[in-house]
Amino acid sequence: MKRVYVNEQWCLGCHLCEYYCAFANTGEKNMARALKDIKIQPRIRVEEGNDVSFAVSCRHCREPLCVKACISGALQMMDGVITIDQDKCIGCCTCILSCPFGSVALSPDGHAAQKCELCVQTAAGTPRCVDGCPNNAIVFEERG
Amino acid sequence: MLKEGQVRIPSGCAISGMFSKSGQRTSGESIIQSISVMHERSNGLGGGFAGYGIYPENKDFYAFHVFHDNLAAKKECEDFLERHFDIINLSKIPTKKNKGVTDEPLIWRYFVHPLPTKLESSQLDEREFVAKCVFRINTSIDGSYVCSSGKDMGVFKAVGFPEDVGRFYRLDEYAGYCFTAHGRYPTNTPGWWGGAHPFALLGYSVAHNGEISSYDANRRAIEMYGYSCTLQTDTEVITYIFDYLHRKKGLTFQEIAQVVSAPFWQIIDKMPAKERATYEYLRNAFAAQLITGPFSILVGFEGGLLALNDRLKLRSMVVGEKDDRVYIASEEAAMRVIEPDLSRVWSPKGGELVLVELEGDKR
Amino acid sequence: MAIRYIYAEYEITRNYDRCIACRVCERQCANEVHEYLPEAHKMVADEAKCVNCHRCVSLCPTHALKIVKSDNTYKANSNWSQKNMNELYRQAEAGGVLLSSMGNPENFPIYFDKILLNASQVTNPSIDPLREPMETRVFLGSKSVEIERDENGQIKDNLKPHLKLNLPVMFSAMSYGSISYNAHESLARASQELGTYYNTGEGGLHADFYPYGGNTIVQVASGRFGVHQPYLEAAAAVEIKIGQGAKPGIGGHLPGKKIVDDVARTRMIPVGSDAISPAPHHDIYSIEDLSQLVYSLKEATRNTKPVIVKIAAVHNVAAIASGIARSGADIIAIDGFRGGTGAAPTRIRDNVGIPIELALAGVDQRLRDEGIRDQVSIVAGGSIRNSTDVVKAVALGADCVYIGTAALLALGCHLCRSCHEGKCNWGIATQVPELIKRLNPDVGYKRLVNLLTAWRHEIEEIMGGMGINSIESLKGNRLMLRGVGLNEKELEILGIKHAGE
Repeated sequence: MKRVYVNEQWCLGCHLCEYYCAFANTGEKNMARALKDIKIQPRIRVEEGNDVSFAVSCRHCREPLCVKACISGALQMMDGVITIDQDKCIGCCTCILSCPFGSVALSPDGHAAQKCELCVQTAAGTPRCVDGCPNNAIVFEERG
Repeated sequence: MLKEGQVRIPSGCAISGMFSKSGQRTSGESIIQSISVMHERSNGLGGGFAGYGIYPENKDFYAFHVFHDNLAAKKECEDFLERHFDIINLSKIPTKKNKGVTDEPLIWRYFVHPLPTKLESSQLDEREFVAKCVFRINTSIDGSYVCSSGKDMGVFKAVGFPEDVGRFYRLDEYAGYCFTAHGRYPTNTPGWWGGAHPFALLGYSVAHNGEISSYDANRRAIEMYGYSCTLQTDTEVITYIFDYLHRKKGLTFQEIAQVVSAPFWQIIDKMPAKERATYEYLRNAFAAQLITGPFSILVGFEGGLLALNDRLKLRSMVVGEKDDRVYIASEEAAMRVIEPDLSRVWSPKGGELVLVELEGDKR
Repeated sequence: MAIRYIYAEYEITRNYDRCIACRVCERQCANEVHEYLPEAHKMVADEAKCVNCHRCVSLCPTHALKIVKSDNTYKANSNWSQKNMNELYRQAEAGGVLLSSMGNPENFPIYFDKILLNASQVTNPSIDPLREPMETRVFLGSKSVEIERDENGQIKDNLKPHLKLNLPVMFSAMSYGSISYNAHESLARASQELGTYYNTGEGGLHADFYPYGGNTIVQVASGRFGVHQPYLEAAAAVEIKIGQGAKPGIGGHLPGKKIVDDVARTRMIPVGSDAISPAPHHDIYSIEDLSQLVYSLKEATRNTKPVIVKIAAVHNVAAIASGIARSGADIIAIDGFRGGTGAAPTRIRDNVGIPIELALAGVDQRLRDEGIRDQVSIVAGGSIRNSTDVVKAVALGADCVYIGTAALLALGCHLCRSCHEGKCNWGIATQVPELIKRLNPDVGYKRLVNLLTAWRHEIEEIMGGMGINSIESLKGNRLMLRGVGLNEKELEILGIKHAGE
């Protein structure tokens, strides 16, 4: 299955992936209108330090701890993609505690968890962080 | 109006040729009949013939056919010839006036042999010496033009339809083992006899139908080797390319075909290694002699005739055979009119060389 | 300095309705033009530092930025232009030679733009490249041979070594040091995929790039940086650099700050030392000396590689080229006065040399007049901008062209002409690690391949229109060219007729 991978050698730490992610999940057509004066809460985050930077988002693990941990059945795995049903989520944060990559967070309104769903539910259809990366540091590909 | 040579004039054409492999000499009447069938492929602005084996009694001498515009030019030209050659024989070329051929210049024929002393001091090989003299006359004697300079062969050409030109020169009174003919359809009015075809240098004569797109690349390359393209015609430059590759570089006609009408790289790249190396060598070393754009050509030479199409075959050309005779023409009808009972007729592919030569002791 | 004499030439215009303060402009500007004001949650810019490289404009996700020419002006003066005055202020302040990068931007005639191409109508057919083969393969090297045959009558391959190109375009010399590792990797990989060659320039060949040797031309220039036996052996051809179009008669100077670890090792000089290439080769003070170097290099490579001699297009370029052709060189590269550079004195760059179109036409004709044109191939460079420039150059007589600036543009360069400052925001002309990484060779090489693939399609289309199906029939085919708005002398030098003739 195709997953999002990050090659830190080419990550410039420009943070554009975060903005494209946030934009994709607003459902708006215009990025300026969508993100103007908003503090974004993207599902991909650039980690930086010691001259290294790279973006981190859900790995879509084959044996996802978050799904196992979910007490309400909101997190589920379909065709390898781990998605979250925000209506079922009760905001208990167990998934956040169990994710070894720190890739799950609370959504901006604080009522439910949110995570990268590979843009399967956005208008883009393919991960916007990948398209928006100016240096091909984030790729969406099949790797065994 | 600019004369041929001062301006480049594209033209379409008809060509026809006949060859007897056994060296049997026949009258020029047939070739007139053949080319006249393709009347509508010409527009009356040029026609001509080349005959081989037509001067058996003078076959060891270079036969110069010369157009003189006036007596002064003739005198100057003959003085030049006297200084460089033994003139064995000179005469007016016999003609018979007809309405289709007008404004004729003074048309003279000289059988010549290079003066041994001149030849020796030039340090050139005999044919190179003769070729250089031809260039000298054509470029520096205003009003004289050598249109034919081979041995046992001659070119007869004029402004007019080819059948009228043939009658004018009384071609039926000549007999040869090979004739070629050309009818011209230029897109401009040249009005000059030297511009008609075939074009000849030494024993090579070229009748060409087409308009090559590589002209200036070919011209600028060949001029580097001492040729001067005074007429700015395709035929002229093709003749020089054949002369250069055959006489000066020693390529075989088959190899020349691989140069001027080279197979595409996509074909060459799939050949076995050794063959590929030869093709690649020829295309690399003689890249400037590749000819592109439409052409079908008949190249007469002493003892043979070849025909070749451009690499895409953008001009019609068919070949027919009957006994020892080979016919080549732009249209099949032009062969059928003189030999209705051809045993084989085929259309050579683009770049496929058709080569016929005198057989056995006739060579 | 209390008085700032020069007002910024360009202004950054930010559309605040669009700006989402994502700070990508700030993060991507090595010149620190942009700044985020947290309390106002607002971006601001200091255009005095801006070099107009367009990195921020290109990356801004909401298209909030544009750079416009400032309308701040001195009192109008046709003689003392703003440029003249600003340059004078800069010199009065710093007391130094003005430096510039990339090619001559001044308003000299561009002859390529005054030449039109021909096409077939009626008398011969144009050829459709989508249906018929269209050949762009070129061989570079001497073609002057006498036919020799073996005992079976087979022709022997007695041609001197040559280069085989799939299309008549090569990447011109740009040294590792003046451009980045990633830029070099992009060029090397693109050359391999395209079937053409790139050129090391005078910076040596990085150990990682030896596998691309079959597509590499190595340069031997006046500083001899990075030249050693394996370097020569790795290459497909060796180029002796005599001059460069951007700075004829001038040597090179790569400042010590660009001589970082890897660059130093590749150039075989100490880290941090200035790499100074002398103006002349100190073993070439005359044409006979050149011949010695040509034959030394041939001997060093056991006569297996063609030798290129590269010169800048100067006034008597035809005579010089004739001398080079007779010196044993296989290929002559001519670099016109608009050729690029990583750094050159402004006055030299903008005032020395001649246009490549005239130089090329003159050299080609001169070599033909002397009957030695087929002893050498000619490579024309110095601002080949598109496929029609290639076609026109070939029709004027070039065997192929060199592109440098065009290749860098494909890699992202926006011609801000600040290479000499070493802070290239596109990761091309820099040795700063965090800037270098901005050019991912996976992206870069693909863009180069795309560019030349596009050019090849266009060249095929143009040739097809002319009824030519192989590039060798275009070479020197000046009847395919017509001038517009050129005077008699220019037409005579170019060897072409005026449109309408």
